[in-house]
Amino acid sequence: MATPLTPVLTAHWDDPDSFTIDGYRRHGGYDALPKALAMDPDAVIGLVKDTGLRGRGGAGFPTGLKWSFVPQNDGKPHYLVVNADESEPGACKDMPLLMANPHSLVEGIIITCYAIRARHAFVYVRGEVPHAVRRVAAAVREAYQAGHIGTNIHGSGFDLDVVVHSGAGAYICGEETALLDSLEGRRGQPRLKPPFPAVAGLYASPTVVNNVETISNIPYIIRNGVDWFRQFGTEKSPGFKLFSVSGHVRNPGVYEAPLGITMRELIDYAGGMREGSELKFWVPGGSSVPMLTAEHLDLPMTYEAMAEAGTMLGTATPMVFDQTVSVVKTVTRWLEFYKHESCGKCTPCREGTSWMTGLLETFQAGHGRESDLQIIDDICQQIAGRSFCALGDAAATPFPGAMKYFSDEFVAGTHTSADDAFDPVASTVLAGASKR
Amino acid sequence: MEIDDTTREEVRAIIARYPDTRSALLPLLHLMQSVEGSVTPDAIELVAQQLELTSAEVASVATFYTMYKRHRTGRHHIGVCTNSLCALLGGDVVWKSLSDELGIGHDETTADGEFSIERIECQAACTHAPSVTIDWEYFDDATPASVSEMITKLRAGEPVQSTRGPVIRDFRATEHTLAITDDGLAGEGPSADHRMLAGLTAAKERGMALQDTAVPASTEGEN
Repeated sequence: MATPLTPVLTAHWDDPDSFTIDGYRRHGGYDALPKALAMDPDAVIGLVKDTGLRGRGGAGFPTGLKWSFVPQNDGKPHYLVVNADESEPGACKDMPLLMANPHSLVEGIIITCYAIRARHAFVYVRGEVPHAVRRVAAAVREAYQAGHIGTNIHGSGFDLDVVVHSGAGAYICGEETALLDSLEGRRGQPRLKPPFPAVAGLYASPTVVNNVETISNIPYIIRNGVDWFRQFGTEKSPGFKLFSVSGHVRNPGVYEAPLGITMRELIDYAGGMREGSELKFWVPGGSSVPMLTAEHLDLPMTYEAMAEAGTMLGTATPMVFDQTVSVVKTVTRWLEFYKHESCGKCTPCREGTSWMTGLLETFQAGHGRESDLQIIDDICQQIAGRSFCALGDAAATPFPGAMKYFSDEFVAGTHTSADDAFDPVASTVLAGASKR
Repeated sequence: MEIDDTTREEVRAIIARYPDTRSALLPLLHLMQSVEGSVTPDAIELVAQQLELTSAEVASVATFYTMYKRHRTGRHHIGVCTNSLCALLGGDVVWKSLSDELGIGHDETTADGEFSIERIECQAACTHAPSVTIDWEYFDDATPASVSEMITKLRAGEPVQSTRGPVIRDFRATEHTLAITDDGLAGEGPSADHRMLAGLTAAKERGMALQDTAVPASTEGEN
């Protein structure tokens, strides 16, 4: 039997006021807050640990464990910083969540801050999505007005301020330490770790940095409990997940399903491939994870199964590409992106992304030299593991991943351009529409 | 540069949001851009004074982030995502047609100062590809025709509504929103559009249950 969809975070997005405090309250919103405030903060951390919730921003680090790294009774201020800088190519699940259900994030922030003993939280939203900024900012204002944020919240003695902060267009700020530097008013460049943010984060104080979707899970967990959460997903990848399915499917969109659902099922829910279309390759979690093909459609979408297949679940935001797509063009464009977004702090990433892009563009244009394929591979190996942060590792991912399945297309790039090999109009949605 | 009392008050309010004043730097640069249409040397000087930084420190930050423009932006800023997925699904076609229609290229502004256009990176709207933005508001599922019609309307001063947000104002107004964050327009646009609702719709069509509330143990026992 097919894995059923599990609307939790998305359950009421069809209400016309789902983003308001009234819309959220109507379905049990802010019921978790008094429950959490009646618990010992350590018990809240323990409960989240027991759920096995893993970070939804891509790395999949256990959330409760991350919270427990914050030293207590250290006399320093603690901070929660929510990473809402979603800009991984392919990922489009946090922006919808902020726009349709921002109060789940706000309630999650309050509970998380109570647990880690923070009295100041920041939501770092990418600046390029102003409607997400204003929806969260309005939700924060409504929560202040309702007394959920502020001084002595509901008589608990717990004080909290929440600030919504707009970024200014830099993919690297999704990296947690670059985000912290950016939030401190600096260039968004990553920091050397250790020390990790839990020890020396924002303003050199203990800081938890969590993804939007991760924190939005918290109120539902507090309300419904560990067993409820663990009924979804697998032992190592518990819970439900927002999958944004994009590309050559009939109904691209946000699908909330348990971890462990297969890509075949997700494509099926998304109405199947578009007319006359056959799957060529797909990427499970953003451009920074290696691509897969039709032979991988029945693998469970879990952290562990994706790792076993040589890729990563990443942000769990699959992109689907059909036979009209040039792999060379796809990979070249991704590399142009990494080159543009490399912060320039470390040499392997700054120089390597430039060299790779330049060489890949010769294959895209149809005059690559076959021996350069080895050089590109060498560059990838020089970048991966030798860069300051994960952006370098990510940049070294698409090319080897593509060579594994489509090396012949790169070889063809020594004599035929990508646009000659693949009609650039055929891959567009306009072409799909005219076929129907 | 001269700023009026309202802006001066906004500067104070933004700085007051943060435990450490330097954190106000990014929002203040957005605010300056809302006044001048770009981050000018004067603006850098003013922000430096407000935050007790050197102008070199502020300039080094301002030049790092792509949203801060060093030359005057048009009344409207139009972005076309040309990252892989959007490019393949039509972003390249949309970009070419827009660039041809306006006669300008990447990061350029029309002679009448109406439009600046930019090839932008992933906009977190891959489910709505090809993704276009007007003054950074979503203009989803773009086609050459829909973009051309939008240009005509904006030129004529007719209202253009973001597909998931408010009626388009102008570039500076959006920059002001990013600085102050809560601009009173959160209620504009739908909670979610059909693509954001795709999963919920598919679940309801198949009679699948909403899962946001745990089924009480007693009911479970009866089943």
